[in-house]
Amino acid sequence: MTAVPGADIRPAIAPRLLLAAGGVALVVAVAAMAGARYGLLLAVGLGFGIALEGLRFGFAGPWRAFILRREPAGLIAQLIAIGLTAAVAMPLIAANPGELVGAHAPVGIAMIGGAFVFGLAMQIVLGCGSGTLVNAGSGNAVGALALPFFAIGSFAGAWNLDWWIGLGTAPVVTAGGLFGPMGGLAATLAALAAVGAFAVWRAAPGTARLPRRLWIAALAVAGLALLNLVISGQPWGVVYGLGLWVAKGASALGADLSASAFWAASANAERVAESLLTDVTSLTNIGIIAGAFLVAAWRRGLSQPIPALPARAWVATVVAGLLLGYSSRLAFGCNVGAFFSGISTGSLHGWAWFAAAFLGSIAGVRLRPWLGFEGRARP
Amino acid sequence: MTRRAVVVLLAAAGIGLLALDLAGSRPLNPFTAPPALALGSGQAAGGAHCSAAPGR
Repeated sequence: MTAVPGADIRPAIAPRLLLAAGGVALVVAVAAMAGARYGLLLAVGLGFGIALEGLRFGFAGPWRAFILRREPAGLIAQLIAIGLTAAVAMPLIAANPGELVGAHAPVGIAMIGGAFVFGLAMQIVLGCGSGTLVNAGSGNAVGALALPFFAIGSFAGAWNLDWWIGLGTAPVVTAGGLFGPMGGLAATLAALAAVGAFAVWRAAPGTARLPRRLWIAALAVAGLALLNLVISGQPWGVVYGLGLWVAKGASALGADLSASAFWAASANAERVAESLLTDVTSLTNIGIIAGAFLVAAWRRGLSQPIPALPARAWVATVVAGLLLGYSSRLAFGCNVGAFFSGISTGSLHGWAWFAAAFLGSIAGVRLRPWLGFEGRARP
Repeated sequence: MTRRAVVVLLAAAGIGLLALDLAGSRPLNPFTAPPALALGSGQAAGGAHCSAAPGR
């Protein structure tokens, strides 16, 4: 019997067209209901979800690969994406200070501690800020369970942020402020190149070459991050939106958010009163989840069974989810808001975040098997 | 149980959250929305970001 080329592909065309149409319909619906900017931001989020899941571009996994096996390709792809974003974003923000803002935050004791804990927790569930959204959207049960607790942690961390800042926080330092717009960009690119060179130097033989998909992913993520900046006026972020979802729920249940300095601040109170469909990070977060779902469904990957993990792994997922949310608020962002957007817009806190979170990741990689995630019996 | 069940639960939670949000928030009005692009709009960025400290 002769096989008909494409015969096994044809039946999948209709569902795939339906998926693509569903994505477009979501964007159009939000644009019609809330405004063009918000529809565009949802489209950017969908793009992030499709790029991250479709091209397997992540943060926690590549750090784990470098720590355990000295494979630097994923880490270098992150540095390239950040560098490409910085090359456009930093001059753009410097030229348009009234319209565009960077992810600039202060370095502090709680900021560094928060980044360390975030790095540790993201290795336990193998999902960072964007990774947890992608994992949840693609039907990963660990990611889906971690996500609501990530949101609760983010809300609680924001609630207490004022107290943590009081432990000791330096003034905001930016590369642009230190060296001027072009000098700051040059310093940022040089620092990224230095980290990349170190990663190549430490690489296991034959592992430093980037596969084509990572080049494409780095370009796509950088392009989408720049679109996020141009459309919304602010860099790509994740954590704020998650905390806002819980803040809105708490407010609906009668909680008095004015007791928190963070949630009582006018900008945040305004966000709680307005719809999530007008909140920048909520829209891109929803888009990332939906984009990852589209890719998983497109690849017909939703029929995979949920892994049989021991109870302690599920408990660890809940605790790690809470820690991811809480710690990322103290750290002024996660791998996206602090590491990616902080560094690519010249904030020193992005570099402090990177160093502390990487140390936390080394601890998290060691801890993960003990929590029952890797199928090995440990005492 | 497969990933499909996880996605269905997640979608139900997301739809529920959006329904509660639309019921409890200020009504949406696309005619008072900011310009499509912040760059070139002449308006300051009004969104909230995780790098912002309280009161910023």
